[in-house]
Amino acid sequence: MSGVGTLAFDEFGRPFIIIKDQDRKKRLSGIEALKSHIMAAKAVASTLKTSLGPNGLDKMMVDKDGEVTVTNDGATILSMMDVDHQIAKLMVELSKSQDDEIGDGTTGVVVLAGALLEQAEQLLDRGIHPIRISDGYDQAACIAIEQLDKIAETFPFDPNNTEPLIQTAMTTLGSKVINRCHRQMAEIAVNAILTVADMERKDVDFELIKMEGKVGGKLEDTQLIKGVIVDKEFSHPQMPKVLKDVKIAILTCPFEPPKPKTKHKLDVTSVEDYKALQKYEKEKFEEMIQQVKGNGANLAICQWGFDDEANHLLLQNELPAVRWVGGPEIELIAIATGGRIVPRFCELTPEKLGTAGVVKEISFGTTKDHMLVIQECKNTRAVTIFIRGGNKMIIEEAKRALHDALCVIRNLVRDNRVVYGGGASEIACALAVNQAADKCPSLEQYAMRAFADALEVIPMALAENSGLNPIQTMTEIRAKQVKENNPFLGIDCLHHNTNDMKQQHVIETLIGKKQQILLATQVVKMILKIDDIRSPGEVED
Amino acid sequence: MASLSMAPVNIFKHGADEEKAETARLSSFVGAIAIGDLVKSTLGPKGMDKILLGGGKGGTVTVTNDGATILKAIGVDNPAAKVLVDMSKVQDDEVGDGTTSVTVLAAELLREAELLIAQKIHPQTIIAGWRKATQVAREALREAAVDHSNDQARFQEDLLNISRTTLSSKLLTHHKDHFARLAVDAVMRLKGSGNLEAIHVIKKLGGSLTDSYLDEGFLLDKKIGVNQPKRLENANILIANTGMDTDKIKIFGSRVRVDSTAKVAEIELAEKEKMKEKVDRILKHGINCFINRQLIYNYPEQLFAQAGVMAIEHADFAGVERLALVTGGEITSTFDHPELVKLGHCKLIEEVMIGEDMLIHFSGVAMGEACTIVLRGATQQILDEAERSLHDALCVLAQTVKEPRTVYGGGCSEMLMAKVVTDLASRTPGKEAVAMESFAKALRMLPTIIADNAGYDSADLVSQLRAAHQENKTMFGLNMAEGTIGDMAELGITESFQVKRQVLLSASEAAEMIIRVDNIIKAAPRKRVPDHHPC
Ligand SMILES: Nc1ncnc2c1ncn2[C@@H]1O[C@H](COP(=O)(O)OP(=O)(O)OP(=O)(O)O)[C@@H](O)[C@H]1O
Ligand SMILES: Nc1ncnc2c1ncn2[C@@H]1O[C@H](COP(=O)(O)OP(=O)(O)OP(=O)(O)O)[C@@H](O)[C@H]1O
Ligand SMILES: [Mg+2]
Ligand SMILES: [Mg+2]
Repeated sequence: MSGVGTLAFDEFGRPFIIIKDQDRKKRLSGIEALKSHIMAAKAVASTLKTSLGPNGLDKMMVDKDGEVTVTNDGATILSMMDVDHQIAKLMVELSKSQDDEIGDGTTGVVVLAGALLEQAEQLLDRGIHPIRISDGYDQAACIAIEQLDKIAETFPFDPNNTEPLIQTAMTTLGSKVINRCHRQMAEIAVNAILTVADMERKDVDFELIKMEGKVGGKLEDTQLIKGVIVDKEFSHPQMPKVLKDVKIAILTCPFEPPKPKTKHKLDVTSVEDYKALQKYEKEKFEEMIQQVKGNGANLAICQWGFDDEANHLLLQNELPAVRWVGGPEIELIAIATGGRIVPRFCELTPEKLGTAGVVKEISFGTTKDHMLVIQECKNTRAVTIFIRGGNKMIIEEAKRALHDALCVIRNLVRDNRVVYGGGASEIACALAVNQAADKCPSLEQYAMRAFADALEVIPMALAENSGLNPIQTMTEIRAKQVKENNPFLGIDCLHHNTNDMKQQHVIETLIGKKQQILLATQVVKMILKIDDIRSPGEVED
Repeated sequence: MASLSMAPVNIFKHGADEEKAETARLSSFVGAIAIGDLVKSTLGPKGMDKILLGGGKGGTVTVTNDGATILKAIGVDNPAAKVLVDMSKVQDDEVGDGTTSVTVLAAELLREAELLIAQKIHPQTIIAGWRKATQVAREALREAAVDHSNDQARFQEDLLNISRTTLSSKLLTHHKDHFARLAVDAVMRLKGSGNLEAIHVIKKLGGSLTDSYLDEGFLLDKKIGVNQPKRLENANILIANTGMDTDKIKIFGSRVRVDSTAKVAEIELAEKEKMKEKVDRILKHGINCFINRQLIYNYPEQLFAQAGVMAIEHADFAGVERLALVTGGEITSTFDHPELVKLGHCKLIEEVMIGEDMLIHFSGVAMGEACTIVLRGATQQILDEAERSLHDALCVLAQTVKEPRTVYGGGCSEMLMAKVVTDLASRTPGKEAVAMESFAKALRMLPTIIADNAGYDSADLVSQLRAAHQENKTMFGLNMAEGTIGDMAELGITESFQVKRQVLLSASEAAEMIIRVDNIIKAAPRKRVPDHHPC
């Protein structure tokens, strides 16, 4: 330990190490370095561990401007943690990969990696070489994956019976604060995916699902809207608030006279020029409006702003418009209304217009806040989840939780095999890995057993977070799984008086679980290979 | 080795920080409860006001009783406190009143939670208990709510009572009846549209609060241009938003480049000509009054004067929008098609004196619903607070017109809810019952604080109230005039159902969010040096 610093305890009894010089710490190498890396990774994992599962708690993150985020989502917690340690950063990456590929399980994957490293540390103490540990972990991961395939069940994916899908979404949402409206949120996620999913290609275009939040009202008021909501209003207060049978011109060109084609600056050198220029300007405006109206449009959605004069001309010519609509929203409107984005006025044709049954401006509370709702769109597959809640933190967290749920349902569209959660599949895998280790004659058997122990950390954390005795609960369930030969037994976190996760409908996707094991193993192997880190700033010392 | 698993290596950036478990909770509770304590002395009819001293050069002074205003003004650093501040702001935007109550209730819930967690009750158990408690409380509130919207006279009475209750805790207390009536009159004129835009509130220093009045027309705090008519009958008004200096050339990349001063003069002349032409075009609309959002320069002002047209400059954006709304005109920025432009109309425009200021008064406007409330008061602080209080009342009334259910105030609704929650707790097995009990306790803290703020024996009053509610006197609440308990229906202490429901839901939601937190992780604060990464 001497290489790291002195061990001390702070006023809350937490151990910490005083590093001699905060900024220029002595570089470590070899096993010492490895152990220090493992410690860093474990520190990250131990922070996340208390967030795991339906009784997991949240973290409050304060960013560098003092903005507050409250979240249970592993990937979000880690991405907002201001870490400055190479190994800790790898853990952040790990959670992010799980988030990108699967969307859920981002806490679990880090906890698992932390457990694998903790086990590795003990093996290192017993003198086993890191490479052997890596190899053992590799073999164990293969066995675990095989076991997952074995215990996986194929899920009846039937758009007419959404109950199983809703239950899966509920498992994902169970650990989030919005589980106050548990079923409602799950139904919203499932309906959103089913509306958008392309069953033939077995995929879901997430571009078609938008999430829009507005503080105020109640969480229960959250709803799925078939159509698009944008946080904008009509450009002129006197434009009608509701439009019917709308033909929309979607413009990314400014509602302004075009930039002169010549490279040179246009110079005004005489009175005639000046007058001509002004005349030209006005004609140009009118021409643009005529162009839009002439093609049959009765609403212009513009990416850019326009000035008061243009605005008034639009009102006078009865062409309602919306200005400053952001890029992603423009795209979404185009997709939803079946319109094309038009970058130049001259390219506008009637076919390029989007269509919607209703476009209306809605207002909220006592403030002058408005939003535009575009409904009955040509493309009925575009949806918006409109989230309400009593403060902005809960709305943001609702977005993240719904994102997880959407991802999980999408994963089921892609691959409808499931395993059961609550630690059940982890215990089943651990049993399989242990069995294989018994048959393994070489040194790797120790690493395999360590791997199995690490897998059991997930159910133990679930038990601990639920106020149960982790070791005792774990041992009982493991014995029960063996005795009843039932791989669906897990931790009864919610005190439903059964350990059968299938009965409790705690359902997770097979690909999500597999990915957790693969990614965690991969990153642990990577960390085991690093015995020295040089950062660019360190060269001079 | 195992004992080192907490945080043996510093993985954070220098300056970043992590508070775990007890420390994190402690900091959340301390922060949230401090916020609650800060505003709690302003709760209720005898609540105190806070004086807020603005920082900076201005050194502004604000005297207020409004929870949201207080919380907006103080800078909070504690993350849990920030959640409460945000919640009270949302309450303000959403329903306009109850911003103190919501903060106090959330803080009291957290105070209770602190005790429960010290007893080793799992946060999730507390949350489970609270959720059930919220549910029954909400049901009870809904059942207790009454709807008089089909009885015009009683509904009017309800509105007046709500208005009075809302105002009762404000500076305006002494003029409660006067202001309550003002607010109700203004909202009733809206004929159910609830469009608060049509109600214009202006503040004029001088006189006393009782001199405040409702004007059936529209008042604009601007000047009429020199040498222009000061009084117009049957006005045809063009409301515009246009530059009346020179028209800019908008083509991108163009600029004026001339080689002699003579040319400059020429261009200037051309600009002047152009302005004249513009004024001519404006005059073609057949108007006798021109109101612009932007400035009107001297030259066009002269031109309008010559044409005998009243021209008013620099009416701000809200003013112009409201004028357009009430006179039925459109906001115009181009002037080539007079036949297409909707002009605004009113019977009479004249200058009126209020206090020492001359204002422009529009009467007989197209939109009969519109009105202006003129606030008078001796100091700016009084005026500002009067405006905020009136705003609360107007918001609540406008909401009540849309959602006419009402409940009783003076702690009555809270006691009612606390009772059903306690009943539920007694039927619930396990630790959740303890959480429910604490929820009821937090609810009872609201009448306790209201009574405390008035200097009464709160313990006595609240236990009397409890007993009354136990005997099914479900309309009993605090009679703050007498320092006793009484029938709220008789005393006319009515509140909007929606405000109360929102208080209940938002407070429990925020409290739940905060007790779910077991770690607080802070990034290193942004350094106060110009940084190279925008955003
Ligand atoms: N009702 C339940 N009973 C028991 N275990 C459950 C239940 N619901 C979820 N779990 C378990 O909780 C774990 C998921 O927890 P959680 O959602 O907090 O983390 P995550 O999915 O790994 O990460 P994140 O959701 O932050 O991306 C899974 O192991 C799952 O099996
Ligand atoms: N005359 C009264 N007698 C008894 N209680 C009253 C009376 N008037 C108001 N109350 C009570 O006082 C509370 C309202 O206090 P107050 O207006 O200070 O705070 P708020 O409405 O929560 O927040 P704010 O008005 O600052 O947005 C309500 O619970 C109400 O029932
Ligand atoms: Mg999850
Ligand atoms: Mg109030």
